[in-house]
Amino acid sequence: MADVMTSAALQAGPRGRRPRRAFSTSNIVIYGILGLVSLYYLLPLWVMVMTSLKGMPEIRLGNIFAPPVEVTFEPWVKAWAEACTGLNCDGLSRGFWNSVQILIPSVLLSIAVASVNGYALVNWKFKGSEVFFTCLIFGAFIPYQVMLYPIVILLREMGLYGTLWGLVLVHTVFGMPILTLLFRNYFASLPEELFKAARVDGAGFWGIYFRVMLPMSLPIFVVAIILQVTGIWNDFLFGVVYTKPELYPMTVQLNNIVNSVQGVKEYNVNMAATLLTGLVPLVIYFASGKLFVRGIAAGAVKG
Amino acid sequence: MDAGKSLEPSVSIRSLRLDFGAVRVLRDLDLDIGQGEFLVLLGSSGCGKSTLLNCIAGLLEPTDGQIFIGGRNVTWEEPAQRGIGMVFQSYALYPQMTVRGNLSFGLQNARVARDEIERRVVKAAEMLQIVPLLDRKPAALSGGQRQRVAIGRALVRDVDVFLFDEPLSNLDAKLRADLRVELKRLHDRLGNTMIYVTHDQVEAMTLADRIAVMRGGAIEQLGSPDEIYNGPQTKYVADFIGSPSMNFLDGTISGGVFRAGDVAVALDRYAFRGKAAPDGRAWFGIRPEHVATGDAARGLPFTAEVPCDLVEPMGADTLVWATLAGQPFRIRMDGGARVRTGDRLAVGFDPARASVFDAGSELRV
Repeated sequence: MADVMTSAALQAGPRGRRPRRAFSTSNIVIYGILGLVSLYYLLPLWVMVMTSLKGMPEIRLGNIFAPPVEVTFEPWVKAWAEACTGLNCDGLSRGFWNSVQILIPSVLLSIAVASVNGYALVNWKFKGSEVFFTCLIFGAFIPYQVMLYPIVILLREMGLYGTLWGLVLVHTVFGMPILTLLFRNYFASLPEELFKAARVDGAGFWGIYFRVMLPMSLPIFVVAIILQVTGIWNDFLFGVVYTKPELYPMTVQLNNIVNSVQGVKEYNVNMAATLLTGLVPLVIYFASGKLFVRGIAAGAVKG
Repeated sequence: MDAGKSLEPSVSIRSLRLDFGAVRVLRDLDLDIGQGEFLVLLGSSGCGKSTLLNCIAGLLEPTDGQIFIGGRNVTWEEPAQRGIGMVFQSYALYPQMTVRGNLSFGLQNARVARDEIERRVVKAAEMLQIVPLLDRKPAALSGGQRQRVAIGRALVRDVDVFLFDEPLSNLDAKLRADLRVELKRLHDRLGNTMIYVTHDQVEAMTLADRIAVMRGGAIEQLGSPDEIYNGPQTKYVADFIGSPSMNFLDGTISGGVFRAGDVAVALDRYAFRGKAAPDGRAWFGIRPEHVATGDAARGLPFTAEVPCDLVEPMGADTLVWATLAGQPFRIRMDGGARVRTGDRLAVGFDPARASVFDAGSELRV
């Protein structure tokens, strides 16, 4: 037995970790395809950025892929502050601030309500809570077009039609199904005993929500914020239907600038305006990439 | 021990019933737990023991019945108002709070003064030897330390009744044994009523003043560990308690003699519940540790010679699988015994230590 333990001599042949080649065929194929696909997606962005930095004479030359010979920020300034939509000639800035005023209350309100919904549906089950939840989820499958006009009437009766708060209400309601599902699944993945322990410790509905559940839920809140910010910022349909021209969100205004029929098509201004509009979701994604992935994974574990 | 306890029960359960839809989880359960008693609810998974504990804690609403704690009807009260502390299997510590935060959370909710909270937290921490850990988060603690904190959380609340829901099941074997002893010390020191749910019979036997063996939502037998071990009232209890479990021989009783195949056991030394031995089919149960071998077997009322089919050496003792009357028969021998598969072994036992059950009702006769 003892000699088995002490035999340290190694034999020839494979030993330790298996070597891997850096340039194997499969690696070349994988990275090749990845490179091509990224190029395909990045090219339009490149064209947009380059065009927005050129003057109109240079654009007329037609080399859309070429970098600008003479860099100018004039189109950006014009898109932000001077472009005309209808009677107003104060550029996208008006739409930007409108969108901000719509976005912040909508995001806060919808997430606040949906997170409490999800928490109550998991931990404070009441008679019919499952039916309630099914109805809520079913709501996510009804096409918006069906509800468009009824909501116009509802908002009119409430005196909110054509106001920012009317649009905030619409966004909050339409965000409810998916957000509630998101929060419910996340809270269901937390150990039930934690909730029980908090009840034995004498915490009530709000005490448990604020002091036990919320501090554990940062990732899912980040996911919800990203979903709502991008969703509401990019919304066009509700914005155009439920508000009036002075209150149009940025997307609607962008459309009005780009699609204006009089005068020359100012491609550089259009590109700059589009980039400006897309900036907010872009920044959100870059700022929160890691947390977003973590939250999506956490919410997906349990159904 | 019993003399020290007052007659007033600490926790009383009156015809408690709980249905989940059509499933009866608890069926008309009655139970009185004395002041300062350590009661263990023992059973396999799904027997309703944790459900019963959750009902006592107020975390589940019973369908019918009443619960009294300290003489007060608490059936409709919130968990926090029942004067209980609870320890969970998964520890259930609040992950974002420090140990100090975990311990004081319940007291903050009860609006206890700050210096009083501090005093009680330190006292509990000293008792459980977790003072150096007070400013750490649960993630930075080991399993044993976490469970101490969980116990501490119940301790600071200064309650009369402690509820434990399989508190040691997530720990490794050595730690479990250590904490078991500590729990017993804690109970001796505090003298609180403790209700302890487990499926581990070693925990039940070592900790309990009384054990309630549960099965199918009802209490199968309630008694001291000694009564449960030596005088099981049903075949289920006899089978459940003891490791390795009891041997059962399937046979018949006639004229005070149990017969199975070529084996006949005279039951004149067995204490029947009635006056005489009832005739009919029966199970004859004898624990593997009550079977003597070799010279020790010679003088006993029943002796036989059995073939060894399999030997399991376990260090402290050796378990031998043999055959008696054509049925499997386990014998627990000293760890020093040298037995090999194929050996023939002289065995013997005293029927006074056996348990005999009616084959139909599975009740002790």
